[in-house]
Amino acid sequence: MNSMPTKIAVFLACAVALVALPLVMQTAGLGQGWVRILALALLYVLLALGLNIVVGYAGLLDLGFVAFYAVGAYMYALLASPHLFETFPWIAEAFPQGLHTPIWMVIPLAAGLAAIAGVLLGTPVLKLRGDYLAIVTLGFGEIIRVFMNNLEHPVNITNGPRGLDRIDSMTIGPQGDPWVDFGKRIVVSENFTIPSVTLYYWLFLALVVVSVVICHRLELSRIGRAWMAIREDEIAAKAMGINTRNMKLLAFGMGATFGGVSGAMFAAFQGFVSPESFSLMESVMIVAMVVLGGMGHLPGVILGALLLAALPEVLRYVAGPLQQMTGGRLDASILRQLLIALAMISIMLLRPRGLWPSPEHGKAAPAPAAK
Amino acid sequence: METFLQQIINGLVLGSMYALVALGYTMVYGIIGLINFAHGDVLMVGALVSWTVVTVMAGSGLPGWALMLLSLPCAILVCCALNFAIEKVAYKPLRSAPRLAPLITAIGMSLLLQTLAMIVWKPNPKPYPQLLPIEPIDLGGPVISITQCIILGSTACILAALMWLVNRTKLGRAMRATAENPRVAALMGVKPDMVISATFIIGAALAAVAGVMWAANYGTVQHSMGFLPGLKAFTAAVLGGIGNLGGAVVGGLLLGLVEALGAGYLGALTGGVLGSHYADIFAFAALILVLTLRPQGLLGERVADRA
Repeated sequence: MNSMPTKIAVFLACAVALVALPLVMQTAGLGQGWVRILALALLYVLLALGLNIVVGYAGLLDLGFVAFYAVGAYMYALLASPHLFETFPWIAEAFPQGLHTPIWMVIPLAAGLAAIAGVLLGTPVLKLRGDYLAIVTLGFGEIIRVFMNNLEHPVNITNGPRGLDRIDSMTIGPQGDPWVDFGKRIVVSENFTIPSVTLYYWLFLALVVVSVVICHRLELSRIGRAWMAIREDEIAAKAMGINTRNMKLLAFGMGATFGGVSGAMFAAFQGFVSPESFSLMESVMIVAMVVLGGMGHLPGVILGALLLAALPEVLRYVAGPLQQMTGGRLDASILRQLLIALAMISIMLLRPRGLWPSPEHGKAAPAPAAK
Repeated sequence: METFLQQIINGLVLGSMYALVALGYTMVYGIIGLINFAHGDVLMVGALVSWTVVTVMAGSGLPGWALMLLSLPCAILVCCALNFAIEKVAYKPLRSAPRLAPLITAIGMSLLLQTLAMIVWKPNPKPYPQLLPIEPIDLGGPVISITQCIILGSTACILAALMWLVNRTKLGRAMRATAENPRVAALMGVKPDMVISATFIIGAALAAVAGVMWAANYGTVQHSMGFLPGLKAFTAAVLGGIGNLGGAVVGGLLLGLVEALGAGYLGALTGGVLGSHYADIFAFAALILVLTLRPQGLLGERVADRA
């Protein structure tokens, strides 16, 4: 049997292909725009993996996931932009060098802060039934957004709707003289440089790989099985001795962690954050990614995230010719939205369990006729 | 005191519009357990249809109230047909699918309706003409406009009619039976498909009325106008206990009052630290508070979670 070596070979080939993808695109002359789309799509994969823990494994419908994304993004934006210094002179005095936080502080901080936010939200609401939970989390997301929009009075913390700019790029290495600065391109030779987007792409790819491993191990662990038991039948799970409240809180916290980290990455990648990026529509799209791909099944979730993140960009190229066919009557962005809506509806109608659902084993007995 | 009464009036007007939309959410949820995300957009279509009729007929020389009366049935008709079609296309095939599948088609439908509205009516906001006299009626301090009077009056009539329909007619009995247990209801000769269609049609009619009211009260219509009322009405439905008709009305009125009073007093109470733009938070803060203390909503019954 040579299945194990073959598996490893396939795996290595995929890894090399994924790592080399931006370089291939660069040499093919496709430009940095495409690499940028890929990097953003990877961020969405990270978000979808986080939400999959909450929705897919534990079966808790969370419509405000973007709040944790926002918490991470604003945390990094405040730590890595001159804004806090300009508002509070005493902070500037305390840190004359500036708060240029390196990545190994950013990731645990963002993860920790988002997890705290998740547990804080979870504690009062987790005894609610499924759909009530959905609206409360949705409300929480909106509350966070309203605060970001308005926390410029009386003390200017978030700079309101104008957002925070001049955010540092991610760095690895000692402050002031980092080994890698993701915001600067690396000059390899005279006619070959690696642009900053490609560096970010690699960073996000590494994060996604680590997250997939974490999620996969979680899924197979005692905790993962407890989550799925709660999803299938909460009362039965309780009867089996699972502490459902703690397990649900853990799912909320773990999911939020992923959201927080991707938020910090997003802030560094864009160099700018504003409340606009964290609307309800964003939460809804992340839920759609998880459900469309196949809830609770990692390959499905990744597929769903890549599809919904990349689809709008690809459609931009399809929409152009379509627009000409209709004599320029239809705006390209309107057409794009139309096609996304149609895609969401038709995929769900054709494959109600998602594009790539988990194999059906140990399926629960059919629910009593839906009420 | 004067501000207080004025805010109570504003809150009741806002709340009665929320209540009309919330009834649509709660009826659909009670029968098929689906959060109909596209409901707010049905309201938007109603408002835009009414705007079209009013603008087209503006040159006919009819008085304002006649134009509005004419546009209302058009809006109701279009919305009912639309919601009927949405149910048949997007929700009916998924009735035995996993619980979240119809939710995603509902979100897709919401997006689709907004996009189609953008194509049909163009994305720019349009002014909704003042059809009724704008002189406010003085109530010895607080004032109320004719539009607001009509909103309050017609909401009361519609609610009474709906209560009669649900509690006294054969269709209403069938609806209650289906909500209780669709299988047993079917065995007793109720046609669930027909009841579900009827529910969607009634919900759409209420949303269309609310849409015309919303347009007349705020004076502008746009493709994205359905989002906020939809969200707030859904909150109201949950606040009152989703699936419960009385709860939707109570939740809607309560939400309207909380928002109006919050917006009116927040600035003064906190010494100007928090302004009225925090009004949106009130709705959700009230929701979280109520649900923490009473997880089934104000008037809801305790039901076990369905898998």
